[in-house]
Amino acid sequence: MSLTTDDVNQIAYLARLGIDHQDTSSYTQNLSDMLELVAQMQAVNTENIEPMAHPLDNIQRLRPDIITETNQRDAFQTIAPQVEDKLYLVPKVID
Amino acid sequence: MHTKTLTEISRGLQAGDYSSQELTESYLKRIKQHTALNSFITVTEDLAIAQAKQADAMLAAGNAPVLTGVPIAHKDIFCTQGIKTSCGSKMLDNFIAPYNATVIEKFNQAGAISLGKLNMDEFAMGSSNETSFYGTVHNPWAENTVAGGSSGGSAAAVAARLISGATGTDTGGSIRQPAALCGITGLKPTYGRVSRFGMIAYASSLDQGGTMTQTAADSALMLQTMAGFDTKDSTSAEQDVPDYSANLNNSLQGLKIGLPKEFFDDSLNAEMATAIETAINEYKKMGAEIIEVSMPNLKLAIPAYYVIAPAECSANLSRMDGVRFGHRCDNPEDLNDLYIRSRGEGFGTEVKRRILVGTYALSAGYYDAYYIKAQKIRRLISNDFTEALKTVDVIMGPVTPTPAFGIGEKTKDPIEMYLADIYTIAVNLAGLPAMSVPAGFIDNKPIGLQIIGNYFDEAKLLNVAHQYQQVTDWHQQTPQGFE
Repeated sequence: MSLTTDDVNQIAYLARLGIDHQDTSSYTQNLSDMLELVAQMQAVNTENIEPMAHPLDNIQRLRPDIITETNQRDAFQTIAPQVEDKLYLVPKVID
Repeated sequence: MHTKTLTEISRGLQAGDYSSQELTESYLKRIKQHTALNSFITVTEDLAIAQAKQADAMLAAGNAPVLTGVPIAHKDIFCTQGIKTSCGSKMLDNFIAPYNATVIEKFNQAGAISLGKLNMDEFAMGSSNETSFYGTVHNPWAENTVAGGSSGGSAAAVAARLISGATGTDTGGSIRQPAALCGITGLKPTYGRVSRFGMIAYASSLDQGGTMTQTAADSALMLQTMAGFDTKDSTSAEQDVPDYSANLNNSLQGLKIGLPKEFFDDSLNAEMATAIETAINEYKKMGAEIIEVSMPNLKLAIPAYYVIAPAECSANLSRMDGVRFGHRCDNPEDLNDLYIRSRGEGFGTEVKRRILVGTYALSAGYYDAYYIKAQKIRRLISNDFTEALKTVDVIMGPVTPTPAFGIGEKTKDPIEMYLADIYTIAVNLAGLPAMSVPAGFIDNKPIGLQIIGNYFDEAKLLNVAHQYQQVTDWHQQTPQGFE
């Protein structure tokens, strides 16, 4: 399966991932090659095969509903790009 | 002192033959002498000396754990509190981890010395260490060749005897492949054996931390410290940890070794085939029985992996958004611009490729055709292993198609690079433990023998590897210039 540069631009937007304009065609080629590689899977009959999401087929472990985390906001916010009044700052979303 | 194995160093420290501080200073000096390898991203000299002084006090007081005072280093994927944890990426170049990974906590409690953080492919995506933001690691056996990846810094540093052992992680071969290319012993444990808490996630259903050492006996000591159930990792296995050193000397008489015919078909390089056959002959001499097994779905491992791993990575790496930590672009116009440019500037080309493929595979209309299909194939591959391991104790084969390739040789064609992991990837899909053991040389470059075992049978793997290392000396070879 072959992708177009428009497809790649759309996927990049969905992933919120900036790619340089001049690199779009090489990403398009790489992605098309990868899809060709994985296309081998389509020839295999997998009817009635249960998808395997996890190697040990574990179920999600439950624990008592008790708070175990301590508040580490100050430690976490010292490495944040921009904070003010203990809030993470981003550009204005609503005018 | 640097030629000693981790086991010998531990014995020497316990016996008081030398202090941890002397040892640590001697290794730090070697690290400074061999910066050209580019195996370290960060060297934590002051911390190491402080830890060594503490270790010496523990040793003097008696009853110190076996790794007390032993200098090791960690792949830069493990979060280390107060120390830069970059994961080989510009995105995390400014990231000082606010907490320790469970693995780091365990080594700290055991009194081990951390000399620093080791180079790696960006976010563990690569087979040559060439995707690292910090540059390529050079293979100590031939400086114009790659050290392998993604744990390339770990492998090169152990091979050059700059450290006595290292941690690594393996998602599709990232411990075993560099271990093979650098002539050291690598162990990828069963999925869930070692906690993933604080180990930066690439593909969460495949990632597993493990050991990179000179010998299998060294690996047993490191795994003993790393392994165990962790409530902080919801996929951690609630299984007892056996004594990994207890069975190292068991006889291999009657051991059943399975050789998958799909590993040994015409596509296997003739020199590699000869080297692996020679290794298997050593096992025959030790009384092992060789049985051919068939695993017809092995060839689908690469296609399934290159859907599952990118899908998981595209979800995992969405947390790198320029808001709470990591790289943020200058002067974002709006929130979308902040996300798009921060991620665009922070991630390298290979990481972007995998995020794009994963995003595509998980998008509406393609999810069943790619992601669910790949998970069904994953089941078929896992069933092949389960079937084979009903009749044999371990499965053997090559680790890599060739010895170390040239720097730059495969960077232009990503698919060619992916095929470097053709013999290792299936193990991750199944979640099984596997090792790479030094098994000879082709053109003066080391190669590895792969040993795959059943779930939670690491003790058996270590026994099988250790016995081979009693009758061969490949693991004792040191590259020229690093003796």
